[in-house]
Amino acid sequence: MNRETVTKTMRPNRSITRDLIGIAAIIVASALGYLLFPDNLALLTRIIAIALLVLSLDLVTGYCGVATLGHAALFGSGAYAAGIAAAHYGITDPLLMTLAGILGGAIAGLICGVIILRAHGLPQLVLSISLIYLFHEFANKASSWTGGSDGLSGISPDPLFGSFEFDLWGQTAYVFGVFLLLAVFVLLRFLVRSPFGMLCRGIKEDPMRIMAMGASPKITLIKMYVISGAVAGIGGALNAISTQVVGLDSLSFTQSAEALVMLVLGGTGSLFGALMGTVVFMLFEDYVSAANPFHWLTMVGALLIGVVLCAPKGLYGTAADIITRRLEKRT
Amino acid sequence: MSAVFDVLNLKKAFSGLTVTNDVSLSMAPGDRVALIGPNGAGKTTFVNLVTGSLQPVSGEVRLNGQTVTKINAIGRVRRGLVRSFQVTRLFQEMTPAEHVALAILQRDGRAGKMFGNFLSMPEVLDEASGLLAKLGLADLMHRKVSEIAYGQQRLLEIAMALALKPKVLLLDEPAAGVPQSDTGRIEQALADLPSDLAVLMIEHDMDLVFRFAKRVIVLAAGTIIFDGSPADVTKDAAVREAYLGSYANASHAA
Ligand SMILES: Nc1ncnc2c1ncn2[C@@H]1O[C@H](COP(=O)(O)OP(=O)(O)O)[C@@H](O)[C@H]1O
Ligand SMILES: [Mg+2]
Repeated sequence: MNRETVTKTMRPNRSITRDLIGIAAIIVASALGYLLFPDNLALLTRIIAIALLVLSLDLVTGYCGVATLGHAALFGSGAYAAGIAAAHYGITDPLLMTLAGILGGAIAGLICGVIILRAHGLPQLVLSISLIYLFHEFANKASSWTGGSDGLSGISPDPLFGSFEFDLWGQTAYVFGVFLLLAVFVLLRFLVRSPFGMLCRGIKEDPMRIMAMGASPKITLIKMYVISGAVAGIGGALNAISTQVVGLDSLSFTQSAEALVMLVLGGTGSLFGALMGTVVFMLFEDYVSAANPFHWLTMVGALLIGVVLCAPKGLYGTAADIITRRLEKRT
Repeated sequence: MSAVFDVLNLKKAFSGLTVTNDVSLSMAPGDRVALIGPNGAGKTTFVNLVTGSLQPVSGEVRLNGQTVTKINAIGRVRRGLVRSFQVTRLFQEMTPAEHVALAILQRDGRAGKMFGNFLSMPEVLDEASGLLAKLGLADLMHRKVSEIAYGQQRLLEIAMALALKPKVLLLDEPAAGVPQSDTGRIEQALADLPSDLAVLMIEHDMDLVFRFAKRVIVLAAGTIIFDGSPADVTKDAAVREAYLGSYANASHAA
């Protein structure tokens, strides 16, 4: 009896500890970034925006097993929604712009989810690629709204809470981004541990078994796609607010593929993995492209091959495995 | 008592081979039926057909008098028709507690909840631990399924079906792969089921069949060749013929 109560209480405590560690890690990393790269806050803010995209991708790919190479459709839709709200409708409050991004991303998530989830495996992948090209082409053609290939400009967000200007050095945008990331991280930690999160993990492994329990994998996954769209949309909105332009590249196949690479690099199916993959990939890319403009792509490729071969569960996944094995040995 | 589960003239063929041939049966609340038959007789196919995993060529399935033949597998589960799988289908990365809790939450329409964790829902956790304890899985409830023995996975498969509190329960060889020492737990769990639940159990272990069932149905080559009392089944000539050279002889010899 005693032993049972121990195991019962052990688990929730452990995950709360991990929540707190995660929050602390984000805050410490953000502060470190601020101290180490005070002149390059724009890069750090972009890392946060992309981290939101990769987290969003992790929700459908890592937690639900959906194969997609078109996830930037959700991110780009959020960016354009926020940008269009500001440039065409005068909605320049950064919080309202973020809300527009959430809505734009969620709607794109619903559309992509309904279409992508009709297929499985390779056909699913092809559908996702077709979708990102369609979204890209649509944004390109609707140039009176999106600025087409010139990009959407004329976005000038108001001061945050009416008092913090989005300054030239990008301090406000960075702090805003860190808070958005923290809020999303906390909410997603709740989500992945909830009954809904369990349902998603079950669907990833065996959707037929979930059906035999009376739950609908289809409806569950579409809900997850909408949530994923909202998260990616926040990332897109943050990018629009901080750079004050939205380009077609935010809605590109390349961006989608890179997001997947970052997720695999960090480790799928864990929020920490998504964050770690984004930070490592983007800092490494930034560093080697400056250090060696001719061979940086080769180095990025070599890094990826190295990680995939030596740490197939990704940087975080492999590290976590090693640590748990150590801990188990000790007890 | 009126029937809770009716199957009428069910037919199914796989590429010309008839696997379910005009099968009809009816069960009332509280029935304890064993479905037996040689390997390949079509027992699992029958379960797949009535639960909606497979589409029959013709025939009808009714739950509580309502025709469900056009309702999908999910809808049939929600109407109280639950099965377990002959080969366990569990989520390797999840714990037994998570499996059973998910089933309980789904049953109560709460599996879509996006906040909270079942570990902090006392009523869910208590029910899940109670059920797992009954099947001897209490000590393993927070282990990953991939770390527990196959026999225990079989027991978890049953626990999940029970957690859904069905009206009609179809168990596909629940004791297959369970060590002899643990089959008693299955029997106990079955004995503790609500008395108005209709249970159909596919089983090869004749001792278990005789202890459990008040009625035995024998399926051979897709056709019901016997439907009657356990006392009569061993005397039936057609049944003996169907089993000739098969495990029935072996178990009689043992
Ligand atoms: N999906 C399928 N496709 C083709 N043949 C199948 C399929 N499922 C079962 N069968 C065949 O149907 C027959 C009955 O199988 P099954 O219902 O599993 O028998 P049992 O459960 O009684 O051992 C077998 O001959 C099997 O090979
Ligand atoms: Mg079978």
